[in-house]
Formats: sequence, structure tokens, C-alpha cells
Amino acid sequence: MPDQALVQKRRWWSSRAVQGAGYATPTAVVVAVFFLAPLGLLVWMSLHEWPILRAPTFNAPDNYTAIADNQLFTDAVMFTLKYTVVTTVVLSLVALGLALLIQHSRTGVGLFRTAFFLPGAIGLAATSVLFLGFLNGRFGPVDPFLMHLGIIDEPISWVGTPNLALFSTIVLVTWRFAGFNMLILLVGLHAIPLEVYEAARVDGASGWTMLTRITLPLLRPTIALMLIISITGSLVAFDQFFIFTQGRPDNSTITVVMVIFRQAFVKHDLGGAAALSAVLLAALLVLNGFLLRLVRHREA
Amino acid sequence: MPTPRRRRGGRTVVAVLAAFGLIVAACGDDDDSDAGTEASAENDGDTGVELTMWTRSATQEQSQQFVDAYNDSHENQVELTVIPNDNYNQQVTTAAGADELPDIFAADVVFVPNFVEQGLFLDITDRIDALPYADDLAPSHIEVGTLDGAKYVVPHTLDLSVLFYNKDLYEQAGLDPDSPPTTLAELAEHARAIRELGGDTYGTFWGGDCGGCYVFTYWPSIWAADGEVMNEDGTESTIDSPEAIEVFDTYRSLWEDDVVEPSAINETGDQWTGFFPAGNIGVMPMPSTTLGSTLEALGDDAVGVAPIPGPDGGESTFVGGDSIGISATSDEPDAAWNFIEWTLSEDAQVDVVAQNADVVARTDLADNEFSSQDERVVLINELVGVGRTPFSLNFNQTYNDPAGPWLEVTRAALFGDGTVEDALTDGQETLTASLSE
Repeated sequence: MPDQALVQKRRWWSSRAVQGAGYATPTAVVVAVFFLAPLGLLVWMSLHEWPILRAPTFNAPDNYTAIADNQLFTDAVMFTLKYTVVTTVVLSLVALGLALLIQHSRTGVGLFRTAFFLPGAIGLAATSVLFLGFLNGRFGPVDPFLMHLGIIDEPISWVGTPNLALFSTIVLVTWRFAGFNMLILLVGLHAIPLEVYEAARVDGASGWTMLTRITLPLLRPTIALMLIISITGSLVAFDQFFIFTQGRPDNSTITVVMVIFRQAFVKHDLGGAAALSAVLLAALLVLNGFLLRLVRHREA
Repeated sequence: MPTPRRRRGGRTVVAVLAAFGLIVAACGDDDDSDAGTEASAENDGDTGVELTMWTRSATQEQSQQFVDAYNDSHENQVELTVIPNDNYNQQVTTAAGADELPDIFAADVVFVPNFVEQGLFLDITDRIDALPYADDLAPSHIEVGTLDGAKYVVPHTLDLSVLFYNKDLYEQAGLDPDSPPTTLAELAEHARAIRELGGDTYGTFWGGDCGGCYVFTYWPSIWAADGEVMNEDGTESTIDSPEAIEVFDTYRSLWEDDVVEPSAINETGDQWTGFFPAGNIGVMPMPSTTLGSTLEALGDDAVGVAPIPGPDGGESTFVGGDSIGISATSDEPDAAWNFIEWTLSEDAQVDVVAQNADVVARTDLADNEFSSQDERVVLINELVGVGRTPFSLNFNQTYNDPAGPWLEVTRAALFGDGTVEDALTDGQETLTASLSE
């Protein structure tokens, strides 16, 4: 009997399920401590009026119902969606163009690869400050350069109108992220077997046909990954707008996260900010779920 | 006798890391809220304590001078941390939530009511009232730092809005360089005359995309005409008053007639004080703290200073700057008060503040050995007594924050398609909605 008990104990220790759980535990703990617990606290905060120093008071669902009356938030949602669509399209096309330009190893390609990727090594906040200086009407070098070329007659306020502010920010983001997205696409491009192109060439396919019939279809999973990164990143855009446009002009470039920031650190309404964060998180979960499903569907 | 360190019990610190930008917060009780009212009779607080202090970069120079002079002459040592202006409020908010406020911190005086209401400052009523010169402390700073009869802050640095005018340009335009405008109508007249000089010389300038700049430069003209911008509680806007409409009308007409330097419409406040010292602006309201750098840029004889007038006369000023107090969570309120009290002493006010041509925090020291050397400084010091500091719990979210309603209202009034009256009438409602939240 004692031997049997020992065997059972050994079996219990050596069962695959327990081993698996053991391996997963560190990750589970990290996820629980660094994601689930803060998430739980976020939701808990969103159900309270949460002052900075005093004790919070339960006020659900006030923080959520107030969102409907928050015009700034509604406007920010619309702007963020517009920014996300435009940025994603521009960024993807530029990244694809760059990747196609430098996919084959030729003399000097290494230099271009490095040059295109280099802006990605600079922080987004630093990039925003850089553009703030470059595009400054009083001392920035861009206006005099464009005037010298005869493209503009007088200095331009690059964040003076809503469209110009959006345009300038998209240039900034494209400069900063195109190289990174190019790298993602380059990995996908290199995974396409050369034999496929050779076979197409033998069949007399043109460059355009190869691009649309071979390259793009086989790049789909990579493009989908790039889209997920770009869309998610754009929906939570903050640094570039907070530093570069500061929401100007006339609140036309305020993003959703900027509204959350204002709610927490300007209005000191931490509960309201938590509710806005929870809503944004839910929207991102749904969107990413949809996008991932799309990728899996395509892969299948 | 060293001040015993107080223990805080039962404080729960919670930091929230939400995925996208919201970091913070904490809660807890505070069992030493009455510590500050116990003015230490047997101990002057200078016991070799290491104190921490925060200030924003706008007032760095003066704060640093205070700290250096204090550290040189006292046992206590203050370690000053300077935080960029734009990040100051969120740094204070985050630190308060995490129980990491410094012993002493300064704040833009218009944000003080909110910080006081949030419980970030210690009640120092008894300590202030015990000062022999308590009644001479910049009255508007004391008023906005008082809640339900309790006082929480004292003036730290003062920054007043005053008219700067370029005497050289006045002469070139055929104006009397010793007769600055005494009405807003005269200011407009002078600005137009200077614009007649042509080229890149302009009559006036302001920070056209900067809510705080409008508050600082336009409101004194409204006050000078006995108009009001808010009710007494700071919960209702009265920006649609006839006085306000007249002020905005005057400035709008200057903009429409090309009298204003064109980049004013996009000036976010980062560089708005850099235009006048460049020498091509005739007359404009500016912070008094820029007097030194302006004199350096244009020369002593070229710069005139005058009070900001109302549409038909009168004068006023916005008494800005920073107030300072002891944080509610400080373990060393006696030592902290020792520093703050010293900054208000005659020695510090005259030898540190006045010597640097800055505005003194005490009206009884307005005329001192240094200020009397320059009539412009005497004028600025005297304005402290007549100037005002607006009070509202929601000041920042309504007026200073670029995403607040004020900037939109002012820009619609000055640069919009409609009339000033329509913009301010509509604006009165949105401003009140924000003020009364």
C-alpha cells in the first residue's frame, strides 16, 4: 500500500498537466501582476469618484454615462479614426514602396536600408520635438528651404490649419515609422521563394503582374501584421500630438488618449479617466480580435 | 531640539498602470493634517533637515536664488527640483497620488485653489497670521490660497502683466515716448501709428493661440473698466459683459487692420515674449519678469513700462507668478516653514528678489534701495496692491489648457467669421459649463 501511494504521488508530480502548469506559472504570474491586477483596478477606479488624496466614493455608472456628454471625447474619436485611416494607408504604401526598392541585394542597398531604418531608432517624443524645430516659422530650416526652391512664397504655419496640422503629423509619423514597417515587409518579401518569380518570368509575366499576382498575395500575412501594429498604434497615438500639435488648431488634432490624459491630469478626474480608458481598451480588444480573425481566415 | 519625524499610518499606495496612458493613483488617509497649524514656539525649524522642494521651470531662476542663499546661511538644506512647465501639474498629481510629494512645492497661483481643494497643501493659517507683516503679503495670492478661512500658501514669485512700449519706435512714429497709452483706445491709436512705419514693424502682438496669455493680458483691461470675467466663486463666466466685448473689439480691429505681427494667430505661448525684445513691436502687454531681458536686448532708454489700461482709462494688472506651501504629506513641516518664512523676510525679499529687479512679495517693501533705482520697477511693485488674481477651482481645465473652452472662445472672437459679441455670448455658456463642473 505505501508503495502504491508513492507511485500515485510520483504520477501526480510527473503528469504532463502539472508540468505544463509549472512551466506556465511564471508567465501567468507576470500577466496577473502586471496586466490583470492593474486592469481590475482600472475598472474598479472607473466605478468611483477618485480624488487624488481623499478616499474614493462609489458613483457607478456616472463616469460611463458622462462619456456620452463629453463632446471633446466624441470629436477626438472621430479625429483619431480619421488619423488612423490616413496614417495606415500612407505608411503602408510608403513602407511597401521602400521594401520593394531595397529587397534585392545590390551595391549600396545596405546604405539605403540603414538610412530608411535609422529614424526608427529615434524616440517618438524626440522626433516630435525635432519636427517642432524643423517646421518652426521663425527659426526652422524647412520654410527658408522651400522658399528658396520657389515652392512657397512666405513662411507657413505647419500646424496653422486642421488639414496642415494633420498633414505635418502624418509626415512626421511616416518618417519615423516607415523604416520599421519596411523591415517587417522585407522579412515577408524574403520568405517568398525565388522559384515562383522565375516560373512567372518564364511564363512571360510582367513586373506589375508579378507584384499583384505573386508578391502581394504571398505578403498578406505580413501586411496584416503590419496593419495591426499600425492601426493599434494610431488609435492610441499620443506623443506626436501632445508635443507637436498640442491639439491645435482649435482642438482639431486631439486624440482619444489626449482626452484621457486631460481628464486625469488637468481635470484631476481619475475615475472619469479610468472609464474612458476602459472604453478605449474594450474598443481595441474588439478591433484586434476582428483583425486577428481576418489574418487567420486569410492564412487558412 | 530636533523635530520628531511623524509616522503616517494606514496609507495605501496604489499605482495604476492602464495600458494606454493613464498612470496613477492612490488613496489613503492622512493623520497629520493638523501638523502645520502647530507653529513651533520652542524650535525655529532650522535643525539640519534635508528638505525637498519642487518648482516649475518658469520660476526656476528666482527659486534657485532663494535656495542657494538659504542653504548658505542655514543648517537646513533644501534640494530644489525644477520640472518643465508643461509637465508640472501632472507631476504634482501623480506624486500626490503616490505619496511622493516633496516637503515644499510652488505652483502657478491660478492653479492653487484646485490644489488646495484637493488637499495637497498643509493648513498654515497660524504660521502666516503670526508673521508681523502678514497683512503686507501680496493680497491676491493670499486670497486665492484661502479656503473656508484657512490659509495654505504664501507668495513665492510674482509676475505681473504690464504694458511694454518701445520708445525708439514711438519717436520714429511721431509719438511722445514719455506718454504711454492711458486708455485701450490710445493703445490702439499708438499701435496704428507705429504700424504706419511699414515693413516688418508692427503696432502690437499677443499670444493668439495661448489661453493663459489672453487671461494675463486681456483681463486687466476688463478689470480696469470695473468689469468682471467671472462671478466671485469662479463658477460662472461673465465674459459677455460690455467691458469684455469692448476690449476684444479693440484687439480684433487691430488684427483686421494688419497692425498685429501676423504670427500672433499661431503663437502658442512658447515664444510670445520674444517678439517685443526683437525691437519691431510698438506696444504690448508682457510679463514684468521679462523686464531685465528686454532692457538687455533693447537698451535701457528704449523701454517704457506702464499699467494696462481699460477701454476708457483706469488701470489694473494680473498678479501672476507662483505661490508656495508645505505639502500635506511632508514629514518636516517646521523645517519647511523655516525656509518659506525666510523667503518672505526683508533680507531675502530685498537682497535676493529686489536686487535682481524682480517683484517683491510684500507691499511694505515695494519701495526699497534697489527698486528706487528704476522707476519702472517701483511702478511694477506698486501694482501688486491694485492688481488681481482670478479665483476658480477649475481654472486650468477652463482657461490654461489648450483643449479647454477658453482658447476656442477667444480665437472665435478675434479671428472667427462671426462677431465678437456672438462669440463671447456663446462662449459664456461653454465657459460656465466648464467652471461649474
